[in-house]
Amino acid sequence: MATDLKSEPVKASGQFSTFFVADMFFGVNVLNVQEVLRSQQMTAVPQAPDVIEGLINLRGQIVTAIDMRRRLRMPQRAGDHAPMNMVVRTVDGAVSLLVDEIGDVLDMDAATYERPPENLDSAAKELIRGVYKLQDRLLLVLDEERTVDLAIGRAD
Amino acid sequence: MENTSAEDQETIREFLIESHENLSRLDQDLVELEKRPQDVALLGNIFRTIHTIKGACGFLAFSTLESITHQAESLLSQLREGKRDLTPSLVSLILETVDATRKVLASIEASGMEGPLAFGELTERLRAAADQNGETENQRVPTTPGQTDVSGPIAKAQTDQISPAVLENKLPLKANQGGDMSKGSGSWDGVERRSPSEPRDEDAERHSAAADSNIRVGVGLLDKLMDLVGELVLTRNQILQFNTEREDPALNATSQRLNLITTELQEGVMKTRMQPIGVVWNKLPRVVRDMAIALGKGVQLTMDGADTELDRTIIEAIKDPLMHLVRNSCDHGIETPEVRMRAGKPAQGTLSLRAYHEGGQVNIEIADDGAGIDVARVKQKAVENGLLRLEQAEKLSDREALGLIFLPGFSTAQTVTNLSGRGVGMDVVKSHIEKIGGVVDVFSRPGEGATVKIRIPLTLAIIPGLVITSGGERFVIPQVSLLELIRLEGDSSGKHIEYVHGTPVYRRRGSLLPITYLNQVLGLKSTDRAEAVSMVVLQAEDRQFGLVVDGINDTQEIVVKPLGKQLKGLTLYAGATIMGDGRVALILDVLGIGQRSGVFGELREQSRGSDKQKAQPVIEQQRLLLFRSGSFERLAVPLSLVARLEEFPRSAIEHASGGRVVQYRDRILPLVSLRSVLEPGAPGNDEMTDPVQVVVFNDGDHSVGMVVDQILDVAEEAVTVRQRSGRKGLLGSAVVGKRVTDFLDLNEIIHASESNWIQRADANATLKTILVAESSAFSRGMIRSGLDMAGYVVLEASNLDEAIHRLEQQPVDVVVAALDLPPNGSAALLVAMHRPEWAKIPVLALVASIDEVQASAALSAGFQDCQAKFDGVLVLESVARLASPIGAIKAIPALAGEVS
Repeated sequence: MATDLKSEPVKASGQFSTFFVADMFFGVNVLNVQEVLRSQQMTAVPQAPDVIEGLINLRGQIVTAIDMRRRLRMPQRAGDHAPMNMVVRTVDGAVSLLVDEIGDVLDMDAATYERPPENLDSAAKELIRGVYKLQDRLLLVLDEERTVDLAIGRAD
Repeated sequence: MENTSAEDQETIREFLIESHENLSRLDQDLVELEKRPQDVALLGNIFRTIHTIKGACGFLAFSTLESITHQAESLLSQLREGKRDLTPSLVSLILETVDATRKVLASIEASGMEGPLAFGELTERLRAAADQNGETENQRVPTTPGQTDVSGPIAKAQTDQISPAVLENKLPLKANQGGDMSKGSGSWDGVERRSPSEPRDEDAERHSAAADSNIRVGVGLLDKLMDLVGELVLTRNQILQFNTEREDPALNATSQRLNLITTELQEGVMKTRMQPIGVVWNKLPRVVRDMAIALGKGVQLTMDGADTELDRTIIEAIKDPLMHLVRNSCDHGIETPEVRMRAGKPAQGTLSLRAYHEGGQVNIEIADDGAGIDVARVKQKAVENGLLRLEQAEKLSDREALGLIFLPGFSTAQTVTNLSGRGVGMDVVKSHIEKIGGVVDVFSRPGEGATVKIRIPLTLAIIPGLVITSGGERFVIPQVSLLELIRLEGDSSGKHIEYVHGTPVYRRRGSLLPITYLNQVLGLKSTDRAEAVSMVVLQAEDRQFGLVVDGINDTQEIVVKPLGKQLKGLTLYAGATIMGDGRVALILDVLGIGQRSGVFGELREQSRGSDKQKAQPVIEQQRLLLFRSGSFERLAVPLSLVARLEEFPRSAIEHASGGRVVQYRDRILPLVSLRSVLEPGAPGNDEMTDPVQVVVFNDGDHSVGMVVDQILDVAEEAVTVRQRSGRKGLLGSAVVGKRVTDFLDLNEIIHASESNWIQRADANATLKTILVAESSAFSRGMIRSGLDMAGYVVLEASNLDEAIHRLEQQPVDVVVAALDLPPNGSAALLVAMHRPEWAKIPVLALVASIDEVQASAALSAGFQDCQAKFDGVLVLESVARLASPIGAIKAIPALAGEVS
């Protein structure tokens, strides 16, 4: 079922793990989320692309961490604000996304699903599949495969 | 076929595995048999193998398979009885049967069923071959089983006569074992046909004994074991770390024991993944045989070192490349018997494979004694396929030309055979091998043969590494690349680390080692200059360099984990590992570091003993164009200055503006007769060869052609030009290719012939910046005004510090410096200009009055030219020359302090 969701636009309802990056609200299908962690000890990778924060040790597995603020070309988070790790499963293995806050797991209904609005920030638009319309905000459905493919959405 | 139960599926799976093994053995055995038809034991083996397969087929009701193996078995049986002689066509026929069997097995594997192919035609041919001598064939029992348990149901059994020949070799002939059988009654009595305790003959005995002590293990399981051992190693490292942090004798003893056990376990598991390369090689006899027959050539295959062991993943990776290389040799390398005999070679060609371990690497060589690789044709083909231009191809040495075959889209096959001529081969071979970290090289001797050499590192997932720190971070260097650790006490620069052409080097046992700073390569903050400098001497391929780090820790065994896709492109890192304290550390890729930092290709080793100066210039390898002109047998000019080599018919030379020209690419190319410059007035100077050989040089967008008598060669050498004063047009001489060679002063040659050259140069002058360093205000002003009028931008400096300051402020094209520049002369300025950003700026030395000794001393010291301060015209001309693109190239460094 996970593969279906990856290859086709989200049509069905589903459960989503959510998180915040600045004031944007994102969701990843729970089936693609391996785990959620506090800020971990990071090893920097000199000369790596800017969006890569570093490497973390996840129970013996070395996982690359991508900072979502930089990925979405947003300003840096406040210095004292430690990011959270959302570890997602991708075709090439687990990747950790560094986000500002972790939100609840939400049940979404296909009825509220829409295409991304035109006025959405360009960096975000490249990385999401669609949106769910909530009462007071939009839930942006993140495409993990596109997010970890650094060739997509590069700042020029 | 009905749905098979799980048990049946298991049986079929085993049948498939065993049959594949059997077929593989059959390939080899049949080719061997062809060479030794009298080998009864071999024939017996082959027969038994086919019989075994046939039996299993019958048992499992694979009727198509059964019928073709049945026919093959008949043929073999006739051979054994001596009723028939072995011929190549017979062998081919049986090999065809083997192939057909494989196809059916593949179908069974995929779908559980035999598939649509019935091989009726093959069966007919087999039958016909068997019938040739008129013997009617007996029908055989199709239900004779192999090694499987015969207590299960026999589906669709057909009872038939059993040929005595079959039984005689299948069963030990004991009276109580079925005398019925031997008479051919054919009824099945369910006796287990083969038991290990009753060997038929020695071969079988040995085979079954070996079979008992081996078991089959799935590759997936081995991989899993390998991963677990990797995790165990990491955990062991952590425990060892805790151990050092605590003073606990019990913990100490236990962790030591754990350490030993883990190491042995690790070695054992790694061994399970090792396979002998023979596994790949054993397919080759058949392939070579088939190809040889198809091509009408004789090829003898020798294999040496088949028991050399490699990790499974490496074996997988080299299978295809090896196959391709072998095909290549048969197809393109080895000639037909007629051609070979005409060349005085034995009619049969030899293809030899060799494998051996050496220096932590596996070496595989594929050598043939064929025609070798035709370098000229390689070049031609490369040009035809648009891989490089004609001029570029001409400049390549033979060795480099051989490398062209590895470019994508290359193929020299006249006709593309369906065997190997498709032009997608060698580049794929190279990339396959490089993917596992190996290198491939090709050597060729025209008319004698070619050899392809592959070297693959024995990299496995757990390696010993040295832990170092730099910029506050920890990194690991694979021990296999580590040569030496060096600690330099005292002040970290100056004393031990010298600068040559802007590159820091370290003198190590007489030779110069280029060094680089890890924190610079990685862009990390450098720590304060410590009292001591730690350096690791590393080797990648055959180049060495020193890497300066902040600190050296200890050696550890680490598990190499690959980096994610996002980081794979970084050549600096080979992977990552988890250290004893749980943190991640990056593993450096030594070759990547070397390339990124630029130490490779910058300097080569030099062992000159003399210590005249601190900054002894290292002579770089240069590529030189060699040619001759007039009575100069051997002249050289740096290839980097040459734009093209051209040839014109003599009739194309015309006269214009007082000189010779030729129409060339929509322009007029002025020609310089080298003879006239080097030997003015000599007889025969007006003669030119036909066609005329011209070396074309570019300066900006103007070109000039230099007429020579003959282009000789391109050489690559590290040269030291010894100054020769006097001779116009020559810089000096050096030994190139073991012969004394004169070096052309290109500037002078071109300058001497074309006066309008200077005008062109002046046209560029408005863009050039000249720094005049001269203490006397009067002299400086005079020089400056001359340069101003010529249109240059002029900067002034009155001493060394000011001159350096000016250089730092803005880019300068030419420096004009008084030889007696305060405080200590402008030689100090030359030294200061060794920085990479200034190293290429030409410097004109100015003296009060010119004399030969002083001038040549200046040139020896490293200045590009020397003129008298007050000779305005000459100074301008010199600046113009130096400011032009050709003049700006400091082509050949002279050895400082030497004048001959």
